Amino acid sequence: MTLPSGLTRRDLFMKIGIFLNGIVAVILGVPIVRYLLSPVTHERKGSYESWVALGSIQQFPSGQTRLATYRDPIVSPTDGDTADIACWVRNVDGQRFQVFAINCAHLGCPVRWFPQSSLFMCPCHGGAYYQDGSRASGPPERGLFEYHYRIENGKLLIRAGEMPTPGQASNIVREIKPCA
Amino acid sequence: MRLIASIGEWLDARLQLGATIRETAEHPVPRETASWFYVFGSAAFVVFMLQIVTGIMLAFIYVPSAGEAWNSLQTLNHNVSLGWFIRALHGWGSDFMVAIVLIHMVQVFLFGAYKFPREPTWIIGVFLLIVTLGMAFTGQVLRFDQDAYWGLGIGASIASRVPVMGPSIVNLMLGGPIIAGATLSRFFALHVFVIPGMLIAFVAVHLLMVVKLGINEWPMPGRVVRKATYIKDYHELVKKDGIPFVPAAVWKDMFFSAFILLSVAACALYFGPFGPSGPPNPTIIQTAPRPDYFFLWLYAVLSLLPPSMETPALLIGPVVVILGLLLLPFFFGEGEKSWRRRPVAVLTILLVSVALGTFTRLAGNAPWSPVMDAWSGDPIPPKFLHNRTALERQGALVFQVKQCHNCHSLDNEGGKRGPALDAVAVRLTQDQLIRQVIQGGGNMPAYGKNLSPAETTALVAFLETLHPAGQSPARDASRAVALAPDAATPPSDHP
Repeated sequence: MTLPSGLTRRDLFMKIGIFLNGIVAVILGVPIVRYLLSPVTHERKGSYESWVALGSIQQFPSGQTRLATYRDPIVSPTDGDTADIACWVRNVDGQRFQVFAINCAHLGCPVRWFPQSSLFMCPCHGGAYYQDGSRASGPPERGLFEYHYRIENGKLLIRAGEMPTPGQASNIVREIKPCA
Repeated sequence: MRLIASIGEWLDARLQLGATIRETAEHPVPRETASWFYVFGSAAFVVFMLQIVTGIMLAFIYVPSAGEAWNSLQTLNHNVSLGWFIRALHGWGSDFMVAIVLIHMVQVFLFGAYKFPREPTWIIGVFLLIVTLGMAFTGQVLRFDQDAYWGLGIGASIASRVPVMGPSIVNLMLGGPIIAGATLSRFFALHVFVIPGMLIAFVAVHLLMVVKLGINEWPMPGRVVRKATYIKDYHELVKKDGIPFVPAAVWKDMFFSAFILLSVAACALYFGPFGPSGPPNPTIIQTAPRPDYFFLWLYAVLSLLPPSMETPALLIGPVVVILGLLLLPFFFGEGEKSWRRRPVAVLTILLVSVALGTFTRLAGNAPWSPVMDAWSGDPIPPKFLHNRTALERQGALVFQVKQCHNCHSLDNEGGKRGPALDAVAVRLTQDQLIRQVIQGGGNMPAYGKNLSPAETTALVAFLETLHPAGQSPARDASRAVALAPDAATPPSDHP
């Protein structure tokens, strides 16, 4: 049977079949793509970050830089130890603090603090930073990433939850001006 | 015997596979291609089979959970009978596979096999190289130890530098805001389902094309590829001087594959499995992550590039290399195949292999990394302390305590990040030493705020003793004049 337009019955059904499958592909494709993109378009719009406590400010004596750890604000049951994150807390003068990410601003390796020479050094590619987090030498193009902090009821809190990387750092952590 | 034969006949009457298999196996190939140079593709395939088998074996025990993966690797190494050996086979198999794929690629390139009409075979081959490297990286992540954890951090830091999309790519790669359970799960899915699926599909198409188009003939200088005549010439060559692939050529493939599998087994037996190193606990920061063998060159490049060039090189470099490889057959699809008439091709291979080899070797001892415990672990060799004044010895102490030794070596001990200081006094005068220590520069931090004047004086006094016997230290000739109490007094050697 041929329809007036010259389209055969078979062609018509073939086209309807393709069209139907196209609709099904969209109906299934949209949730699949949304599922795949969920780490980017996560439910709690805005930020992965929240305020976490690093402990009492008594733990961080004036003029010293100490390692602190916190549990990531978003934890899933399979995270194990990976949800425990370290950071460096510098008590500048008893009043002001600086909290640095453990990750080198070059490629994210863990920097270590050397109190004798007041330097942070990175074991990977040899980046070095002064005690205020500014870049001293090596491949990093900027200073250490710094968390926002506040003190509440004698406790030191930082705004944390996302691994700082060179690309996103400007959104979430304060940029440190290099030493003049 | 007759029963087996009749079962075979019964099956073949229904499956209709026998004729196809026989035809494929016995397809004629040019006589000279039954060569030891043509065995690498099949060897890569055989190692891939080994990886599939050992990978499935490992999946029986391995737990793809950030909390349990490291423990399950320990179980494999110590509690499961021969678990260590299967892990070692899989680990060494991966190194062999990358190596053989690279050798295969070099052979194909030098023999001009990417030219007309085998351009798509080459392009699929480039995809196969990329997914093979993808398997190597994701596999390193599944060995979920300290190196894997910080390696992911490095991957994320590189990915984050993509303009605009960077942070989203990082979240997509990690499955969330940090390296955690979701990260390992998605790398498991990639390593076990997604990339192997791509590998199997690409290998199938790659092999099909080799069979359909025929293996590349042995390149003869002067036998030039022309699109108009090549296919006719090739068919004539095969008709005139062809031999069946099975059994005339295949025995060399079989010998080589067996040799490679035995080598993998020997390495696995002798060297054992890779790691795992320390547990993936990010609060343990006493670690110096190193990438696996085939990414060492990248580690070196990232240390040696000037900082400002790093991001462009990281983002543009791979695109240029991959595009270059993909477009190669379209720009050079005709012409000479023989490497004897293609000096640029030979030089390219030499240059690339020397560069990669040098970077890999450099990364083996990583001179750019500070030795984090040299200040407390590597003492100053006694010869630098003999017959020294109290002040100079005090300076040696400052040298250790202020971690100078982490970046500067003495008598080849200590870090190599900065220059060796065995003869620094010959290069720098006292004033220059003081300036360098206090102000830093030339990739050295400034120590002005971290050293008291007394410490600086002592340190410089020590550094001034560092010159070879018989070679006097550098001196500023105008110094004596400037410091003289009276211009009329003749300058003395010891102001």
